[in-house]
Amino acid sequence: MSTTLEETPLEKKAPLLGLSKPWRMALYAFAGLVVLSLIRVITGANDLTSAGTVNAAVMLAVPIGLAGLGGLWSERAGVVNIGLEGMMILGSFGAGWIGWQHGAWAGVLMAIAFGVIGGLVHAVATVTFGVDHVVSGVAINILGLGATQYLAGELLADSPGGGETQSPPNSGLPKPSIPGLSGLLEPLESKHWFLLSDIAGILRGLFTNVSLLTIVAILLVVLTYVLLWQTPFGLRLRSVGEDPHAAESLGVKVRLYKYYAVAVSGGLAGLAGGFLAIVASNLYREGQTGGRGYIGLAAMIFGNWRPGGLMMGAGLFGYTDAMQLRNAVAVHALLLVVFALLLGLTVLNLYRRRWISAGVGLVFAVLSLIWYLNTDELPGPITTMTPYVTTLLVLSLAAQSLRMPKASGQVYRPEGK
Amino acid sequence: MNKLNADTARRIGLSVAAPVLAVALSVVITSIVLASAGNDPVETFTQMIEYAQEPRTTTLIINAAVTYYFAALAVAFGFRMNLFNIGVDGQYRLAALLAAAVGGAVELPKVLHVGLILLVAVIVGGLWAAVAGLLKVYRGISEVITTIMLNSITTALIAYLLTADKLAVQVEGSNNIGTPEIPASGRVGGIDLVPDSKLQVYGLIVLAAIVGFLYWFVIERSRFGFDLRATGRNEEAAVASGVNVKRMVLISMAISGGIAGLVGMPQLLGASYTYSLDFPAGIGFTGIAIALLGRNTAIGVAIGALLFGFLDTSSQILDLEGVPKEIVLITQGVIVLSVVIAYELVRRYRIVAQQREVGRQLSSAAGSEDSKPQGAQA
Repeated sequence: MSTTLEETPLEKKAPLLGLSKPWRMALYAFAGLVVLSLIRVITGANDLTSAGTVNAAVMLAVPIGLAGLGGLWSERAGVVNIGLEGMMILGSFGAGWIGWQHGAWAGVLMAIAFGVIGGLVHAVATVTFGVDHVVSGVAINILGLGATQYLAGELLADSPGGGETQSPPNSGLPKPSIPGLSGLLEPLESKHWFLLSDIAGILRGLFTNVSLLTIVAILLVVLTYVLLWQTPFGLRLRSVGEDPHAAESLGVKVRLYKYYAVAVSGGLAGLAGGFLAIVASNLYREGQTGGRGYIGLAAMIFGNWRPGGLMMGAGLFGYTDAMQLRNAVAVHALLLVVFALLLGLTVLNLYRRRWISAGVGLVFAVLSLIWYLNTDELPGPITTMTPYVTTLLVLSLAAQSLRMPKASGQVYRPEGK
Repeated sequence: MNKLNADTARRIGLSVAAPVLAVALSVVITSIVLASAGNDPVETFTQMIEYAQEPRTTTLIINAAVTYYFAALAVAFGFRMNLFNIGVDGQYRLAALLAAAVGGAVELPKVLHVGLILLVAVIVGGLWAAVAGLLKVYRGISEVITTIMLNSITTALIAYLLTADKLAVQVEGSNNIGTPEIPASGRVGGIDLVPDSKLQVYGLIVLAAIVGFLYWFVIERSRFGFDLRATGRNEEAAVASGVNVKRMVLISMAISGGIAGLVGMPQLLGASYTYSLDFPAGIGFTGIAIALLGRNTAIGVAIGALLFGFLDTSSQILDLEGVPKEIVLITQGVIVLSVVIAYELVRRYRIVAQQREVGRQLSSAAGSEDSKPQGAQA
């Protein structure tokens, strides 16, 4: 193979303390935990790391993560998928419609199937007809919304307990916990000790009442990584997203791979919608997706078009969202977290001699500290901004090192056509 | 000479063919969807068309189209430079809120008052969009993501600002809440455009026409527009010819947002005079679809706006007839998709025709020499 598809780092950095990447990530994560815990102890906002928050965060992160994973598949094969939102809507309707009649698992399958249909429409438009990807995506968002609202009027209006805008409830899926864990960790968490209670809270949140579909979602992230980065199939698929003409010259069936990728993308987005209708709630409701398809796309970009980064992005969204839903005091404490984060980055920037970035970071750090000190609580509507502001903030600090698949968004036309 | 005319005729025919093909296709698909649920497609469309001809409905269609036109032009301006401004929705809502607040707070002579409100709207929309522009230029974040985030932030910001102790007051006789009403000097009266209609067409239709003309002029006839289109088509070539792309991105984003600021104005100055909780939302997204349908040209977008205005307004009759009115969303989605597919098909047909033509000319010119058509890739 003459084309290497390894990610090339944009700038060579001296590895921190000479550690390899996994260890470095673990170190960052641990440092973050210490900071979070410290701030919890200072502010007394125990919801920062409570089991309830973590559990809610996972619940909110999964649909975003699945949608983002859908975006990742599609973009890795060079097709931008703005239509994730529409495919999610289709999925949530499929799950709601079939879920109450034939059980939750049938609903899950239907959600995936509906999503795949949306994906295939996108594939026909973008791959076969060479339509601009964004155009097709926008059309699919309109179509998904229209089709479900129309179908709901025809199929759900007369159902028992349902109506034109919602389906009857379904039975849901089991939510197993690791036996004994909760009893073991809860006393520790309620002591509110530094670090130990935080770890207990997070573990308890992660391992109790975990929906089976959440486990499926996490397996799908792992599976995506293995398939796309560890197999010949994945190499070909990504080569299509980097340089389709080179891939073609090596005998890769470019269009076929794009079809695979976009269909899988639709299926994942559909599953994300299904999660909303089966796990996050127990029915399909109009407007249920609430723009999560777009947020998923943001999470994917945040994650640099990689499964691991995507999970972090989705987790960040889920976490700030959960915080915002549960406790205004905790969101207020987040200001202090932002301050700590920015301060850390400023120090890092100073160390790397990036003066301007350091200056901007410092100004914002001081601003958030002043804001924190002068208020007791954030007004409700302001707290709902948290996830979006956080995303903007994190992206503006990290966007330079992102690299999207090279041919993403470009219309591919085979040689000679 | 004759051949030239035939060529022109065919070219015009081809460019009309695509949209016509698209609308026809979407009617067919909508009909299939309708029929498969046991509704009579012919009757459904007949009802919509008949309803649209009532003077009241016609007025409503034109009014909807005026609003859509601003939204679509805002999106189209960005598209011309390969900027995807999904944030029109947030930009016009924030602009309308602040413009309404300013308009309701001051008392000025007529022209000045209206001018001030419009100016505030344009500036707010422009600045809000410029945030995305700045983040793109200086931090390299895709405007697609930032404008999506800004939309959500706008929603929260409006919820924060539109409270009784900030910008809003209780609307009389309801539990709605809105900005203080704009006094008569800040309102724009309607025009009796449709005969026999009790309703009037928004006076700001004139502004829509002016903005449409300016859009055409700036994009097609000015140096700035040339740079803009060049940057949109081939950034590297534009840079090589001395275009400052960063500046272009910032300015175009701000202009797009400025036009977006006008979206709420016909409604605000011509009908509601206040920004309240039920101020229409989501028009920005309709604007995206219309801009795509109209191929980002001033005329095309106008036709698209009228078409969407027709579909949205006259579908209201369907609910009375037992057909879910959301069927028109399917029609709209299919139109957007099929219009671009149709353009693609026409493009391919053109290339093949061109190649055949070149081939024929070459073979007749070079006699027996076997030459392949080249350079027909578009």
